[in-house]
Amino acid sequence: MESPSELKLDKIGTKPVPAEEQTRPPRRTKLRTMWTPGLGKEALKDSFRMLGPDIQWKNPVMFTVEVGAFLTFLYVIRDALTTAPQLVPISYFIALDAWLFLTVLFANFATALAEARGKAQAESLRRTRAETIAYRLREGGGELEKAPSTALQAGDRVVVEAGMVIPSDGEVIAGIAAVDESAITGESAPVIRESGGDRSGVTGGTRVISDRIEVRITTKPGESFLDRMIALVEGAIRQRTPNEIALTLVLSAFTLIFLIVVVPLWPMAWNAEQYMASYLGLPGVLKSLGTDVPTLIALVVCLIPTTIGALLAAIGIAGMDRALQANIIAKSGKAVETAGDIDVVLLDKTGTITMGNRQATGFVPIGAYSEAELAHLAALASVADETPEGKSIVNAARMEVEAPRDTAFVPFSAQTRMSGIDLPGGRAIRKGAPDAIIKFAMRQGGHIPEGLEAAVDSVASKGATPLVVADGADIAGVIVLEDVLKPAMPQRFERIRKMGLRTVMITGDNPLTAATIAKRAGVDDFLAQATPADKLEYIRKQQAEGKMVAMMGDGTNDAPALAQADVALAMNAGTQAAKEAANMVDLDSDPTKLIEVVEIGKQLLMTRGALTTFSIANDVAKYFAIIPAMFAGTLPWLNAMNVMRLHSPASAILSAVIFNALIIPFLIPVALKGVRYEPLGADALLRKNLLVWGLGGVIVPFIGIKLIDVVMVGLHLVH
Amino acid sequence: MFLQIWFLPFALLATATLIAIPLSGYMAWIMDGKYKPLPVLRWFEKRLNFGEQNWKQYTVSLLIFNALLFVYGFVVLSLQPWMPLNPRKLGMLAPTTIFNTVISFMTNTDLQHYSGDVSFSNFSQTFFCITMLFISAAVGLSALTAIIRALRSDKSVGNYFLDMWRVLVYMFVPAAFLYGLLFLQQGSPMTYKSDVQVATLEPGAMGTTPTGQPQLQTIVVGPVAAFESMKMLGTNGGGFFGMNSAHPYENPTAFSNFFDTLAMMMFPFALVLMYGRMLKKTRHAWVIFSVMMVLMLGTIVWSVHFDTQKPNPGLTAHPAKTYQVLDASAAGGKRAVNVPAVAALPVDQHLGNLEGKELRFGTSAGATFAAVTVDQTCGAVNAEHDSLNPIAALSPMVGMWLNCIYGGKGVGMINMLLFLIIGIFIAGQMVGRTPEYLGKKIDARVVKLAIIALLVHPLMILMPTGLFAGTSWGLKAESNPGAHGFSQILYQFSSASANNGSAFDGLGVDYGLNNNPSPAPTARQFDIAAGLVMLFSRYLPIIAPIAMAAFLGIKKTSPFGAGTLRDDTFTFGFLLIGTIVIIGALLFLPAAALGPVAEHFGPIPFGG
Repeated sequence: MESPSELKLDKIGTKPVPAEEQTRPPRRTKLRTMWTPGLGKEALKDSFRMLGPDIQWKNPVMFTVEVGAFLTFLYVIRDALTTAPQLVPISYFIALDAWLFLTVLFANFATALAEARGKAQAESLRRTRAETIAYRLREGGGELEKAPSTALQAGDRVVVEAGMVIPSDGEVIAGIAAVDESAITGESAPVIRESGGDRSGVTGGTRVISDRIEVRITTKPGESFLDRMIALVEGAIRQRTPNEIALTLVLSAFTLIFLIVVVPLWPMAWNAEQYMASYLGLPGVLKSLGTDVPTLIALVVCLIPTTIGALLAAIGIAGMDRALQANIIAKSGKAVETAGDIDVVLLDKTGTITMGNRQATGFVPIGAYSEAELAHLAALASVADETPEGKSIVNAARMEVEAPRDTAFVPFSAQTRMSGIDLPGGRAIRKGAPDAIIKFAMRQGGHIPEGLEAAVDSVASKGATPLVVADGADIAGVIVLEDVLKPAMPQRFERIRKMGLRTVMITGDNPLTAATIAKRAGVDDFLAQATPADKLEYIRKQQAEGKMVAMMGDGTNDAPALAQADVALAMNAGTQAAKEAANMVDLDSDPTKLIEVVEIGKQLLMTRGALTTFSIANDVAKYFAIIPAMFAGTLPWLNAMNVMRLHSPASAILSAVIFNALIIPFLIPVALKGVRYEPLGADALLRKNLLVWGLGGVIVPFIGIKLIDVVMVGLHLVH
Repeated sequence: MFLQIWFLPFALLATATLIAIPLSGYMAWIMDGKYKPLPVLRWFEKRLNFGEQNWKQYTVSLLIFNALLFVYGFVVLSLQPWMPLNPRKLGMLAPTTIFNTVISFMTNTDLQHYSGDVSFSNFSQTFFCITMLFISAAVGLSALTAIIRALRSDKSVGNYFLDMWRVLVYMFVPAAFLYGLLFLQQGSPMTYKSDVQVATLEPGAMGTTPTGQPQLQTIVVGPVAAFESMKMLGTNGGGFFGMNSAHPYENPTAFSNFFDTLAMMMFPFALVLMYGRMLKKTRHAWVIFSVMMVLMLGTIVWSVHFDTQKPNPGLTAHPAKTYQVLDASAAGGKRAVNVPAVAALPVDQHLGNLEGKELRFGTSAGATFAAVTVDQTCGAVNAEHDSLNPIAALSPMVGMWLNCIYGGKGVGMINMLLFLIIGIFIAGQMVGRTPEYLGKKIDARVVKLAIIALLVHPLMILMPTGLFAGTSWGLKAESNPGAHGFSQILYQFSSASANNGSAFDGLGVDYGLNNNPSPAPTARQFDIAAGLVMLFSRYLPIIAPIAMAAFLGIKKTSPFGAGTLRDDTFTFGFLLIGTIVIIGALLFLPAAALGPVAEHFGPIPFGG
């Protein structure tokens, strides 16, 4: 790892970047409002385009409606051409057919609107990408050359100065800069990106607003994060999640079931017709609406789950959209859906549960060492340590430390769990986890000094982290690193617990420290002294018990665990490896985002369940409207079933069809916003939703159909 | 009055529940193989149990066994004229009736397109009927056991033949023996004598011989006590006599009527609790039990209330009425339908409908029996369902349509499982998790199988009903035209598809013996159609759920958490009952409106 102090920033690029060529990324407008006028128009156009049977076919429920509407149209033509007296005026059939087509259009509009929102987002992202010009460092020399961002190859090095747009995804290899990531995240506060550590990742399309950095491009052209994001936003429209597939199957099956119910109704109605005819002494049968094909089609359309069939695609797209609005890019809709099923959440202690970084707050010398000597050694060991902890140690030592020439820095690694320097002459100074340092000192021929264990334990028991410092074989003492808990964490964990999730804190700390912090923060379990292998093992064990695990990570060493977890959320500021392994990326790099992800997943499933329940519960009322109407000619006493007291057979059937169509646009906002999730516990949540969507679904159409009937009669549209 | 009507149904429900608790424990103990067989039985069991089976092997065994059963039944019935125990020299049934009858008994339906006392010798009654009564009931119970084992992720679903053996030897044979003794004591005949000739009290009541002597009456007897016990315990329902449980030999006293009705309920009640015990989900099973109890109370209260506390609307006086109906050919598009006035008939209806009932059992016994026999998919009757008040007859139909109110041996619980899976899949999502049952995720494949199994029932009821109602096949067979005739056809196929077997009499479906010179004109069509309906509605809803359970069973079990849908709460019961009632209503409301509802609201000659 290179130290920033060694970099000669002035030597990068001889020519300054011309100011007029600097490009500004367009600010991404957040699409929080649903009715952007352009969006509606676009969606309206699409909803007609989607009437094509090749597209409509993909939605079996609405395709059935379309076929029915077409058949009805043929009957309208036939009736218009015939002179024979009709049971009901032809205006009834025309109105019926129009509303059947409208039903399909409403459904298409719901899908098109959701798609249009996604597309608009993708479009604004695409504009960001196209306009960027990069300044590439020539091989070997310090010369800069201009290149379009699309021509950049992985491994190219580019320089980005204040005011310029970062051309593609990469890693900062030199410098430190404030970066405006609002184009991607919508967050206006700039973030710091610097070489080394876990904040080195930069994303194409974001803008540097101070200083200059050298970036090594890590992705091939067309595969940048932005490209993938565009593809995902657009791809969400097509991909179906497992649960969506299963639900589509159920909806198709219900369509089939209702065909089974309605088709034999024709001969059954004929049976009643011939009896009435024989009673009246008429020849043949007394034709009723029961054997009228358009009316039977209307009944089928009212019964099949058109409401959810129309909104299913929109719900899925809106779910992805909600994730996007929370600044989470999910690599697939499946990941969002799975998030609702999570049982265990693994959270890194640092940055998630505790305030960013631990701070060195004191030194506990051991044996012959004085506090000043220990502080000096600690500072020496940390001089090249870029981590905030390392810097805080130098600060806490309150002395100027200069590393002599020919010093070799030993960086921290997850395996050794220590860092330090090797001074010329073979003197090795190390700081690190107690057991690692003890092992190190013993290897050098040292021994465990008296009082070390007591000092380590006393530091750890206070919830602080002890770091042990060794000068070769001699152990000098303990550095006290203290964690500061983030505010409101216990309340947040309480909410997670109510959602039915278990929280597990991952930390490199020793078990004692971990236990103290875990207790203070209120997490259910912790994984102390966790190596990457430990994390992986822990996740596997949980999964073997049938649990679904979510994990948040940023470092390269998190990658294997992220890959294993069912839902893996990588921070955008994290390393490329972490982002690759995860199935979601959080653009805000906010570790508590997992909670939001889980809520979005739950909301998605709830919305599907709620609208399906509602759709099916609606049918009861439609029967009470249509059946008496259908048999008004042959079984007039069935009017006793007309509990809504609808005006006439034609108005009853039309009201049911109109209600069935209108409920779709009425529910578009619910589909797009989602049914609100509250962590009440499963039973209370189910009770609430069953009342609202189940019982409500039975009652609402009775009111709605009656209202439509009253309005139509009031406007003299039916007689 | 109140007690007189309601004591019987409530005493029955309470007694059956009390018996079900210990009985379910015993059944779980047997089916889990925790018992020690007697040495003699052990020898048999060892030979029967040729190894553990996976779900496919189990299903194939079940199907092959049933196919052989069909061949056996067909042979026995066809050979009736040449077999012993036939002193009345009865001939062969019509081939289509044999086809129908064999399927009927093998599928536990016992729809009878013949009259047992008229057409069957004691050989056929014993070697065909009684044999089938035992075996067909064991098939469904075994299938349920296999499903339970699959659901709890056992490494095998058991051995079909061993399961059948356990059900027959340890449950049915002892229970039937005790019940047989009870019927014997109450007065049912138990003999291999074919008939007795008796002089009638009124001389010449049966006519006179050519020589002028009064004719003797022939009363058919046979092994009735043995027949009757398994007919009820196995929820078979096929009677020894055409009159079924209304016949004094099949159901001699009010006391035997109580135990007759109870016999239908015992095993189906216990099976639900056995399901809970074997899955170690007792509370969950009690929720299912309660849901079934609510539905059962609904059907019983409905039929008893409308049949014994309400008059028949058709017999009630009403003035002349005129209805305006739509008619394209009439002037102005409307036509007047005039219905004449009906004067009050001299019929005292304060005890409700008394026609077609065995009043020796009490006024509510017929309606109670009617609801129980459909809820438990038995099909025995002690009253004419055809004679029930129109709207009261809706209750037995609803019982058959839902087909999961305790239901028959095992299959009722299996059907409930299908409603449960669909309900959880649709409404269970509202807790914000991928729907799961017993911790297993319900995916597309599982839900597909559940729907296929659920779809068969409405398909097999509504399509043939439409076919027969819309053609002369049905019109010629109806004994009443209009809504009542439609109900007869609807009932016929509902009964066949629910594997129930009870009948809305009055439909001409009996061909009789093969040499019958004047059979019902469309008996053949009904024989074949009902036979096929019974066949499909029996095996598809057994095979698909076994596969479904197997696919669920191999999934990982997610642990129970605060976010998981609880399956043992009041809310879950509400979900389940909502699913059943709404889906049931959506499937059968139009048919119900055209049948019993239209008849109830319609004036004579359209209703009543």
